[in-house]
Amino acid sequence: MAHAATHDHHDEHHGAPSNFFTRWFMSTNHKDIGTLYLVFSLLMFFIGGSFAMVIRAELFKPGMQLVQPYFFNEMTTMHALVMIFGAIMPAFVGLGNWMIPLMVGAPDMALPRMNNLSFWILPFAFALMLSTLFMQGGGPAGGWTMYPPLSLQSDSVAYVVFAIHLMGISSIMGAINIIATILNMRAPGMDLLKMPVFVWSWLITAFLLIAVMPVLAGAVTMLLTDKYFGTSFFNAAGGGDPVLYQHVFWFFGHPEVYIMILPAFGIISEIVPTFSRKPIFGYKAMVFAIAAIAFLSFIVWAHHMFAVGLPLGAEIFFMYATMLISVPTGIKVFNWVSTMWGGSLTFETPMLFAIAFIILFTIGGFSGLMLALVPADFQYHDTYFVVAHFHYVLVTGAAFAIMAATYYWLPKWTGHMYSEFWGKVHFWCSVVFVNVLFFPQHFLGLAGMPRRIPDYNVAFADFNMISSIGGFLFGASQLIFLGVIVHCAFFSRKKAADRVWEGARGLEWTVPSPAPHHTFALPPVIHDDELAHGHVDD
Amino acid sequence: MTSGGIRIKAWAAAAAFALFSGAAWANPQPGQLNMTRGVSEWSPEAYFLNNVALGVCTVIGVLVFGAMFVAMFRFRKSRGAVAEKWSHNTMLEVVWTTIPVIILIVLAWMSTGGLVSFADTTGSQMTVKVTGYQWKWRYDYVDYQGKAIDGVGFMSKLDDQSNETRQLDSGLDPKSVKVGDENTYLLNVDKPLVLPVDTKVRFVITAGDVIHSWWVPALGWKIDAIPGIVNAAWTNIKVPGTYRGQCAELCGQDHGFMPIVVKAVSKAEFAQWLAQQEAAGKAPPATPATPAVPAPASTAAAPASASTTAAPAAKTPGKQG
Ligand SMILES: [Cu+2]
Ligand SMILES: [Cu+2]
Repeated sequence: MAHAATHDHHDEHHGAPSNFFTRWFMSTNHKDIGTLYLVFSLLMFFIGGSFAMVIRAELFKPGMQLVQPYFFNEMTTMHALVMIFGAIMPAFVGLGNWMIPLMVGAPDMALPRMNNLSFWILPFAFALMLSTLFMQGGGPAGGWTMYPPLSLQSDSVAYVVFAIHLMGISSIMGAINIIATILNMRAPGMDLLKMPVFVWSWLITAFLLIAVMPVLAGAVTMLLTDKYFGTSFFNAAGGGDPVLYQHVFWFFGHPEVYIMILPAFGIISEIVPTFSRKPIFGYKAMVFAIAAIAFLSFIVWAHHMFAVGLPLGAEIFFMYATMLISVPTGIKVFNWVSTMWGGSLTFETPMLFAIAFIILFTIGGFSGLMLALVPADFQYHDTYFVVAHFHYVLVTGAAFAIMAATYYWLPKWTGHMYSEFWGKVHFWCSVVFVNVLFFPQHFLGLAGMPRRIPDYNVAFADFNMISSIGGFLFGASQLIFLGVIVHCAFFSRKKAADRVWEGARGLEWTVPSPAPHHTFALPPVIHDDELAHGHVDD
Repeated sequence: MTSGGIRIKAWAAAAAFALFSGAAWANPQPGQLNMTRGVSEWSPEAYFLNNVALGVCTVIGVLVFGAMFVAMFRFRKSRGAVAEKWSHNTMLEVVWTTIPVIILIVLAWMSTGGLVSFADTTGSQMTVKVTGYQWKWRYDYVDYQGKAIDGVGFMSKLDDQSNETRQLDSGLDPKSVKVGDENTYLLNVDKPLVLPVDTKVRFVITAGDVIHSWWVPALGWKIDAIPGIVNAAWTNIKVPGTYRGQCAELCGQDHGFMPIVVKAVSKAEFAQWLAQQEAAGKAPPATPATPAVPAPASTAAAPASASTTAAPAAKTPGKQG
């Protein structure tokens, strides 16, 4: 058995290095690097969140009370960059680092030294980017999409471009590592079609990353040369085209959206069967749906550009292609519900977050479908309706999945149970306040409030105030999350069992809790009924 | 039974009215929950599609979330539920793949119609050139009813009262920025774009510095104003009135402070207004080189582009009706 093999073999290995510097800065261990990624992501979540608090405070009531408009724009820009590249993406990489080797029975990631490098690039990249806020001329204020010519008016172009290059290198290396691990390091008997859906989702996401991060790097490099080296890629006066940038950016940008949601699909597909005590409904359909969504993500980019004046044929093509995505996405939602149907359900914190994910992500999907309808999008585009849409997808989607995963695997990481009571308090506060925060923004957008404005007409006052109150409370609720994690890691006395959850299946639950520094030094012997998806026949 | 049914219908109609009626609301209202129908020939397309899509999503949402809540209630372990073993059902999977496809085809068909009618800018009776600047709009009247218009063009920027009020810590109350009963804070300009009703107006839209987006919700669409590119769009306003909008594409620090106001008037009134403007434009031929309104120094670059309006004017079909 896997369990026994790990134990027997473990004696001749050392545990984690006792020297703090050696352990955390020079680590090549997938678990420690995973932890670093997750801690970094949590820090960025709070930094990006504090920018959001500034935004919601200024928008609390009509009139300018707190910040100058330019600083407001720096906040919206930095909030997005930090949350996307600093919080969501590293969190998924951290979860992948920790769990993929454990789930496929590998002793570590395939390329451990590169793993160290891809993490340690990130703090430098973000230090570089955040430092612009303290410089004369300020940080980037042209939106995270950095559309020229506006973005070229900023003094911080070089800093941001270089920071994005670093983040891109980090992501590409992380993706290569994940692909190499999954394709080469699976234990014998862990066939591709027996892998957990989370591993599948990361495999596909990694290919998306490798495909599109270089495209982003190219786009921002052209910004750099336009700004400093006299080229005219995007400068109409020099024969360039500002719209070209948008095409290139969104060719990266739309797959990027799925880079932030496919691993979330994987997480939910692990958690729902565990707490339903029933195998996932339609395993192959789930895997195929992820692959289909990934493929479609390459041919829908211009749905972000319906208002730039595309030719009629292009608008029709991108509208149809975008609508098509709702088919595989719908299949996933139906399959999650069917997994619950006929199960034996319990509602621990990970399951609560997973259920909230399914409902609220679907609401984000609905508004996404509405946004795909071009004539209606002529109204929705660049309004708070869009802001509401992508926050439902990214906060109650991606971020809720990350929280669900944290509660789900935290006992495995720390060896102790978190406080179920405070976990549930965190859940209920989050799920209520996040809706108070984002649901009214649909109304604001439909009533005509543009996004990215620091001040607004009095007609928008009520819903903005409600949204701000929801925002402050949602932000404060995340301190509970921090408290639960710190308590579980350092103070909890309640030992976690190896198989933490009654219905949990998969190799990660066959190793002790906390997972020892080295696992699966000898490949585990795999029994299909121990796997979450060991008996796939559909 | 019957009367109950009628009462329910009346209630539903009232609710639907509260949610979806918008003919009377051209400009944002406090507590407004949905898009408005708008006042142009095309704007109901967007509104109708929005309502249909919203309805479809609501129905699917009720079914899916309903099934989830039933599952959460019926299959609780605490109620003694024992997990079943099945993990697939081909029939179901085919059904829930096919039904969404059918719904999508209907939605796609409806949207395509609206899109095709929006794309057709032919047969316009008037052309206006719109140019976005940081942070104001310029309007140049190019032609009307087949005749080129000479020298009617002006800058349109945030009104002074909103501008003073919006300064950081101005101490002024946004609620007191009003025109009549209507609060116009950040939604008013010094000089609105005047257009005739019942006239197909073609807009040619561009920008002088960065990308902006010209959006008046009551007209039903927005389109980006991009330097170096000329976009075309059209409207045919059916109801006289004052319609307010804003720049919708982030364009720098004062992006939130470059509103758009369209004043739609009867054709007779418009002809009168236009004659006045043309006369005013020609009256002082010597002093200012351009017909622009007294503009602050930062707009000095703008009038240069006014001279280029001659070019689109020449290309305009200029057909009447
Ligand atoms: Cu997209
Ligand atoms: Cu603008």
